[in-house]
Amino acid sequence: MTAAGAVAAAGAARGASGFGGPVSFGDVALALVLVAVALGVSRWRRVGLESDMAVATVRSFVQLLAIGYILDFVFRDHGAFTVVVLAVMVGTATLTSGGRAAGVPGARPIAAASIAVAAAGTLGVLLALRIIAVSPRVVIPLGSMIISSAMNTTSLVMSRLHHDLAFNRREVEARLALAQPARQAALPWQRVALRNGMLPTVDQTKVVGLVSLPGAMTGMILAGASPLAAIRLQLLVMYMLLGGNAFAALVSGELTLRRLFTADHQLIRTLRRTPL
Amino acid sequence: MTIDTVIEYRDVRVDGDDGPIVAGFSAGIPAGRLTVMVGPSGAGKTTLLRLLNRLDDPDGGAVYLAGQDVRSYDVLDLRRRVQVVGQVPVTFPGTVADNLLLAAPAADGVRADAAGCLARVGLDPALAGREADRLSVGEAQRLALARSLALLPEVLALDEPTSALDTASKAGIVSLIRGLADSGLTIVMVTHDPAHTELADHVVRVEPYSPGRRP
Repeated sequence: MTAAGAVAAAGAARGASGFGGPVSFGDVALALVLVAVALGVSRWRRVGLESDMAVATVRSFVQLLAIGYILDFVFRDHGAFTVVVLAVMVGTATLTSGGRAAGVPGARPIAAASIAVAAAGTLGVLLALRIIAVSPRVVIPLGSMIISSAMNTTSLVMSRLHHDLAFNRREVEARLALAQPARQAALPWQRVALRNGMLPTVDQTKVVGLVSLPGAMTGMILAGASPLAAIRLQLLVMYMLLGGNAFAALVSGELTLRRLFTADHQLIRTLRRTPL
Repeated sequence: MTIDTVIEYRDVRVDGDDGPIVAGFSAGIPAGRLTVMVGPSGAGKTTLLRLLNRLDDPDGGAVYLAGQDVRSYDVLDLRRRVQVVGQVPVTFPGTVADNLLLAAPAADGVRADAAGCLARVGLDPALAGREADRLSVGEAQRLALARSLALLPEVLALDEPTSALDTASKAGIVSLIRGLADSGLTIVMVTHDPAHTELADHVVRVEPYSPGRRP
């Protein structure tokens, strides 16, 4: 069964789910009691997160309601909008990731390229190998997972590389002074940054099923699909995220390196004037 | 510029975040001599040294090597010709011999003669197989010198080469530097210690920039 088939089967089985049917807005409203518990704990222990929790609760409701209607629209014979939905996701992820690496010049274009390559490359492989069907119902959810994961990887790679080159400026410049090209001089720290960006997904893949039942699998099981169908989808998702993160790490590592050195193999001015 | 002058700073200005670090600086460095560049801390001596191998560029004026603006050279070629050794010795992961090869990976002579490279800077050739991070600060400073010399530079620029060393190591490094200069190498040594001017064939004084002073 393709991933599309597995998702469709889960949808068909929804009526027999553990919820005894689709979750209603009434059910959602009842679940707010748990938010009230969280607010109570925050107030009682003076954690000071009440307003953040309130904002998060309202934002999540509005955002998910909006995306629910949008997906409903796209899934009903408006598949051409799939690219638009993915582009908006890439744009939002770009703004978030770009903002996390303020010291890197051109952080947003780097994030945009990294996340877009990760999404296009990974979905492209899955589609080319006919592992998934060309269907918005499949491409959008899987694409969103890749984009979200690539966003985190890109942020980690950019900020780690920037931090490490500044922190180890003495050693980087000692290598440059020995006539090493910038790429070679920065290689040890570029490796660390790529590793730092990719490791969370690798660790997550190692412990999947032992520490947690991840989202895609949990969703299918809750929707009534068989656990064996759920694990197949989950494996696909994990392998997809490994590939997507590799794309994101590679592109962000490469582009960040280029922006942190001049064409004359010097650290950029803000880094070379960093006090040691 | 006289024929003996291998390096010339011409009306150099380098800006920091809060104004100029160096402004209106001009000086010549004679070939084959030991030039000591002396001045108080914060006068911009290290900054001036970094301009020689283009780890930094001036915001005004220019630095000339053999009569040509250093920016007109291929930067990697320039850095092979002008070796700058930092104030705190940096060792790279691996053995002492690995450190020498990192400087000159294509130089078969270095591979064959790691012991010779070490002996030249007064290090025991038996150290070649030792992990570089296990060297004392004094040994690491000598390794940094050996690594730079392995590139066969025309100019060796040293930033406070004795500041991290104890008295005994200082004397050894100073004598080594004097010996290298006597062998005909052009050496520029930055120091805040006026006593080092006694070693010099040529002295360049660097004064801290002050807005009221005419550059």
